[in-house]
Amino acid sequence: MELTTIWFLLVAVLFTGYFILEGFDFGVGMLLPVLGRDDRERRVLINTIGPVWDGNEVWLITAGGAMFAAFPEWYATLFSGFYLPLLLILLALIARGVAFEYRHKRPEATWKRRWDQAIFWGSAIPALLWGVAFANIFRGVPLDADHEYVGGLTDLLHPYALLGGLTTLGLFLTHGAVFLALKTTGDIRHRARALALKLGVGTAVAAVAFLGWTLTIRANTAAIALAAGAALALLAGLAAARARREGWAFTGTALAIALAVATLFAALFPNVMPSTLDPAGTLTATNAASTPYTLKIMTWVAVIFTPIVLAYQGWTYWVFRKRIGIAHIPTH
Amino acid sequence: MDALDVARWQFGVTTVYHFLFVPLTIGLSVLVAILQTMWHRTGNERYLKLTKFYGKLFLINFAMGVVTGIVQEFQFGMNWSDYSRFVGDIFGAPLAIEALVAFFLESTFIGLWIFGWDRLPKRLHLAAIWAAAIGTNLSAYFILAANSFMQNPVGFRINPDSGRAELTDFVAVLTNKVALVTFPHTLAGSFLVAGSLVTTVGLWHVMRNRGSADTDAYRFATRFGSWVVLISSTLVLLTGDIQGKIMTEVQPMKMAAAEGLYTTESPASFSVLTVGSLDGSREVFALKIPYLLSFLGTGDPNGTVQGINDLQAQYATQYGPGNYAPIIPVTYWSFRFMIGFGLAAAAIALLVLWSQRKGRTPTSRWLLRAGLAMPVLPLLANSFGWIFTEMGRQPWIVFGEMLTRNGVSRTVSLTEVLTSFTAFTLIYATLAVIEFKLLLRYAKAGVPDLTPEPEPTDDDTERPLAFAY
Ligand code: HDD
Ligand code: HEM
Ligand code: HEM
Repeated sequence: MELTTIWFLLVAVLFTGYFILEGFDFGVGMLLPVLGRDDRERRVLINTIGPVWDGNEVWLITAGGAMFAAFPEWYATLFSGFYLPLLLILLALIARGVAFEYRHKRPEATWKRRWDQAIFWGSAIPALLWGVAFANIFRGVPLDADHEYVGGLTDLLHPYALLGGLTTLGLFLTHGAVFLALKTTGDIRHRARALALKLGVGTAVAAVAFLGWTLTIRANTAAIALAAGAALALLAGLAAARARREGWAFTGTALAIALAVATLFAALFPNVMPSTLDPAGTLTATNAASTPYTLKIMTWVAVIFTPIVLAYQGWTYWVFRKRIGIAHIPTH
Repeated sequence: MDALDVARWQFGVTTVYHFLFVPLTIGLSVLVAILQTMWHRTGNERYLKLTKFYGKLFLINFAMGVVTGIVQEFQFGMNWSDYSRFVGDIFGAPLAIEALVAFFLESTFIGLWIFGWDRLPKRLHLAAIWAAAIGTNLSAYFILAANSFMQNPVGFRINPDSGRAELTDFVAVLTNKVALVTFPHTLAGSFLVAGSLVTTVGLWHVMRNRGSADTDAYRFATRFGSWVVLISSTLVLLTGDIQGKIMTEVQPMKMAAAEGLYTTESPASFSVLTVGSLDGSREVFALKIPYLLSFLGTGDPNGTVQGINDLQAQYATQYGPGNYAPIIPVTYWSFRFMIGFGLAAAAIALLVLWSQRKGRTPTSRWLLRAGLAMPVLPLLANSFGWIFTEMGRQPWIVFGEMLTRNGVSRTVSLTEVLTSFTAFTLIYATLAVIEFKLLLRYAKAGVPDLTPEPEPTDDDTERPLAFAY
């Protein structure tokens, strides 16, 4: 396989990993005001992701770094072109990251309420905007012959992109609710499960509509199969949640996210960012790539370190595998 | 004012801000790991108390380092996309490796350390903080290697067709001589900050909290921190000296600008302080140490140090007409502030150690005041060090290869950059106040009372977690 193809796949894998992992973090953050009825319950929710959220976010940093290293033109065009949405995502991630660490550092109710809001908005905004961004990457944006983005903000906000945003928002909400059903005990667990089912139905509708629309824009056999797989996985996940098989339910929503992201990347290849203006402006895995020498070095680094990272991150999840309930929250 | 100016201000502000938290993370992660190791080795509870106490301050700071770091990584693409296109082949690799090799290690094991007190066997828990500390220090290496490429580009060629820089020798990029000396210099500077914080907080409790049952622990912390400061300030001096020589070689203009040396001199004297006109034509007052600049720059007291005017003429013939000198007052003063503030912290550490000799308890209010200023000084020294390094490289973004004004994103409008600059400044200012108050609050609260740590178990008892957000 060509090195550029390998790196296209790796970038896709990194973003997929990011959306699966931070996806449920975002979900938990958005459900904080819904499922957490008092401070103790909210602490239960936050502590289900406490030890892992930062490691999950590093998937984004690695995806961004990998994009920069392997496809500098893609990185440069995307980040300068999607300027304001990315700015909002950054501000959201700042507020949210600090909130997890600072929320419990003072006892006052107003203090906690402010940080709860930071967690909610800090999760909801990226959950929506990542969908908008990826729908735009896929559909294509106005790029001139120098691969520079020449559109404005409004060029990014069209119905297809908004449906994409709604889809990621719904997927992450459902995924988060299922995660909470898997990781908590008692009353919260039941409420989370019930909510997951309700959210899941709406999400399934949005996701099917979005993936269907996607396939009308550009498609190949792999993409069609992946999209069908995504829909099936989501439905299977919801069925498992109904049957109180939370582990399977979580596997289902995780797979649904993975396959949905894979659908976009599969239908996109070999382009990485199509131009809606000048076809010469389209960025592809070849014309956006670094030199073979750089890609070769990066491949070695990825081959050696990715398994190590997966091993210790996996181990972390195992260490913190126990469910949490209100009884586990210390009173101080 | 145009988008370029705002993008530059934004980069300067966000980076200096990021680097307020970075040194403390780098230094304190290791110091906390050392304290926890001492607890393991000796079983003495005062080390455990100190581990938890400084660990808390470390985490308050760490959160800010993390969230401001993400901005840094996105910013290259957002505001400096032409720069990213130009150097991506080389510059992206260390950034990606940093994330994969260092940030994962750091963030995952910090999580394990924070929440793992009752989940991990003691040894593994100790290993977790060491893994996080190693990750943190590793991350510094990769990012500094990337930065060193901008100071002294090596291991690349310019592709004549695309006009872009392409990597030819990755080992050369990682072993850039600037990176090899910048790394220990930056680490030493970071330990200077961390050691100062440990000292300050310890000293405050020793002096203000007399008779507390934990005085013993605070006295230890004060001495421990002071020694860290003294050792790291020595290392900062040694590495800084080597840096000076390398800088004279690879960026002679920066050395000339650091000194406000307009004409080539051999031997050159070091100006401790000069007041004069900006173009160097008139000196009002000068305090100079003869031969010192020659020695700093070349290792030979009679060595030749090139002046700004000569270098400017040389660059103009080499690169075409233009101004190749940085803003001299900024480089001149930031260089002095870096050294001055850093060494002032070391001097205070000496005083603190002296005041506690043979078990004495210091009482001087002046000492307490000086002690409270201590962490601020090396923090400022670090900021000025970076301002010097980066401003001294101007007008280049990659020395000799790309001008800063050519690196900026062409399609990003002034409104957009202004929006982001304003947003970051506001959120950063707010968070600075919050973080500072929290640090103060937790520093004043002192070491925690120890509740006996339950043994790690695997059963699903409803026991409260040892730590929860
Ligand atoms: C000498 C050290 C140093 C320097 C020059 C920089 N950083 Fe930094 N950075 C660190 C040392 C560090 C660190 C000590 O490793 C941090 C601070 C807190 C933390 O979690 O890691 C960090 C955090 C941090 C993070 C968040 C990591 C996480 O989520 O765990 C990112 C994405 C960056 N940095 C990126 C950058 C970029 C793109 C820089 C260049 C402009 C930069 N840093 C300058
Ligand atoms: C190691 C990673 C770093 C990289 C890759 C880097 C890169 C850059 C870049 C791309 C610029 C361009 C903007 C410009 O020249 O105006 C810049 C400027 C600047 N950076 Fe760095 N930098 C790094 C670290 C730092 C740190 C840690 C600090 C300080 C805490 C710092 C302070 C500055 C300042 C003050 C400017 C000048 C702003 C200006 O004059 O325009 N940099 N740097
Ligand atoms: C005492 C506290 C000091 C601190 C905290 C400090 C910190 C820093 C920092 C953060 C930088 C920018 C990053 C880098 O390039 O390494 C820097 C650069 C530099 N420092 Fe220091 N420094 C200190 C003392 C000194 C001393 C005593 C010297 C000289 C004897 C020195 C010489 C230099 C030089 C020459 C550079 C520029 C390197 C370049 O641009 O290539 N520093 N310092």
